[in-house]
Amino acid sequence: MKVCMFHLMPYRDLPADFEQRYESAFIDPLWFDVADADKVGAYYNATLDELIYAANAGLHGVCTNQHHQNVYGFMANPSLMGAVLARATNGQNVAIVQLGSTLPSTTPPTRIAEEYAMLDCISGGRLVAGFPTGLPSDATIANAVVPVDQRERFREALALVKKAWSAKEMFAWNGKHYQLGMVNLWPRPIQQPHPPIWIPGSGISSTAENVVSLDHCFCHLSYFGARNAAQVSDRYWELAAEKGRDDNPYRYSFLQLIGVAETDAEAEDLYAAHAEYFFNKLLHTPHYYQQIPGCLEYPALVQALSGTSRAEVNLRDLKAKDFYERGFVIVGSPKTVREQLLDGVKRLRIGHLLALLHFGSMPTELCKRNIDLFAREVLPHLEGLWDDKYDDRWWPERLTAKRPAAALATAS
Amino acid sequence: MGGPEVRKIRLWQDRIETAVEVSGSGPPLVYLHGPWGIAPDRTFIARLAGANTVYAPHHPGTSRGDHEAVHVLESWLDLVVYYGELLDRLALEAPTLVGHSFGGLVAAEIAAAMPRSVGRLVLIDPVGLWRDDLPVKNWMLLNDTERRPSLFADPQGEAARLFFGVPNDPAARVDALAQSIWAQACTGKFVWPIPDRGLKHRAHRIVAPALIVWGKADRIVDAAYAQEFAARIAGAEIVLIDGAGHLPHLERQDAVIEAVRRATTASSRPQREPK
Repeated sequence: MKVCMFHLMPYRDLPADFEQRYESAFIDPLWFDVADADKVGAYYNATLDELIYAANAGLHGVCTNQHHQNVYGFMANPSLMGAVLARATNGQNVAIVQLGSTLPSTTPPTRIAEEYAMLDCISGGRLVAGFPTGLPSDATIANAVVPVDQRERFREALALVKKAWSAKEMFAWNGKHYQLGMVNLWPRPIQQPHPPIWIPGSGISSTAENVVSLDHCFCHLSYFGARNAAQVSDRYWELAAEKGRDDNPYRYSFLQLIGVAETDAEAEDLYAAHAEYFFNKLLHTPHYYQQIPGCLEYPALVQALSGTSRAEVNLRDLKAKDFYERGFVIVGSPKTVREQLLDGVKRLRIGHLLALLHFGSMPTELCKRNIDLFAREVLPHLEGLWDDKYDDRWWPERLTAKRPAAALATAS
Repeated sequence: MGGPEVRKIRLWQDRIETAVEVSGSGPPLVYLHGPWGIAPDRTFIARLAGANTVYAPHHPGTSRGDHEAVHVLESWLDLVVYYGELLDRLALEAPTLVGHSFGGLVAAEIAAAMPRSVGRLVLIDPVGLWRDDLPVKNWMLLNDTERRPSLFADPQGEAARLFFGVPNDPAARVDALAQSIWAQACTGKFVWPIPDRGLKHRAHRIVAPALIVWGKADRIVDAAYAQEFAARIAGAEIVLIDGAGHLPHLERQDAVIEAVRRATTASSRPQREPK
């Protein structure tokens, strides 16, 4: 299997009373009330350092993502980060996983086709092209996309980008949402007809169905841990079977918060404040900013309203031990972490594990220690999985050569 | 008393099915509902039907069973031309056009685009203009605590209770919520994120005698906007409603019905020539 480091690039030093001051981590926090541009400059650099450190430590890929107007993660243009990572890891067996630029909020979307093609060229064909639909708050509030148009724009934009990457002749695009008279993209990606395409989602929706139909990789971006994800993964594999797809685990990527230390007790102690910061401060996103009328298509809306009314968990009421006990975060000694991860990976059939090795207020030193221990003591036990039976068709071809796990384990 | 007759009319090259609720008798009146769909407005429509034959179409995408129609009309121009087609199909002689909120904007736009096809115009707390010093509040992003006081002068009053009430039966509850949310999606499509589609450039074309009704305590679109509309529609009359917010036709139904009736039965003012 492949294991990539994911990073959100959060604000790491929010005021202690942030959650009293603001009902939402998205849209509402005022820059001049909470933030400091010098600190943010340091965070961007630390984020890049941490991802490059993970690449050097032997992780298979480094992931960026796009969000807007929030404290939870604000790589407003992930291609800027991806460009630095592509340059810094040149010659290495590491994928640049852009998870990625949000098509519906970028007009024209050929801008993203160009940026991704640049990244593929700069990285020597190591790009994984991720295309999220974007959070409702990102797309519709920060970028003014009409809610009911978001998914339709996404589908049209993805078709346009794929055509723009591979068309041998100049073409005109007369779409519903985009019109371009002369499309002749410069540059084109090295990987033809297109780099591997990954599409993130937080559950099974029309997007996931579309991913299976198009034979792309579905990235389940959950913050609630592998232990709580079986309902979604089971439905995903059913969907794949219904549509005649095989059970290749590389069709499925999953995000997991992970904290490793020498012992369980040490890990629980070390990561407690950062887990609480992540769930209590950063993740607080009220429903009126994410359940905007139109963002769910009608059948999905009815389904959501019909859902058995689970008592909604208020994350602000939970503490670190709750996050650990419920499996939202996997923390512990290398042995504990690898056992829990292996359970989850096998149960859900995860081909690409997206390890959130930085979360919340975690300082760089701790993040690097986490990466070290993970790469040395956990990764070698995971990466052999699946490869005896399945090819990763959603990975840059130039990087598919097997890597000797033992050599990597001592490299850092 | 029976409910309204529901006519299903296929329009737009047969791609949109529009349910039109027809009730009452008297001179024709077309009622265009606001962002929450037709359901909350039915008591008001029934009152209008006391003196008029009321035609109340469901906005495209909100007719039951035709949800995907939301994707058929692609632009503001499409929407206005679609309403022209609907009015042609109803074959009404210069009807009175009454619209609330989003429906008020649509009514004003129709009256500007097709000045001779509208006999009288009644706008109830319409959206459609914009002042930077009085931004219109986005009704699709209201949080739980601000929703009631944003829409009603008396957040605990009977009108608010009825508006926000949901059935106890689980299936009926899902249906009611889905209809209300989807109606916001279908109407919001045309005015997201700012409900200004340029009516200010076209309002001078309106020649129908116009009544502008506004809830004095409207916290979605401030009542100062009544003047903004009146300044752009020659001869427009303003009636401000005490004790009402953004939905005065629900919160002070008697007062709004009285104002509409006075305006629609007043000795006919000569319609001006379109400019």
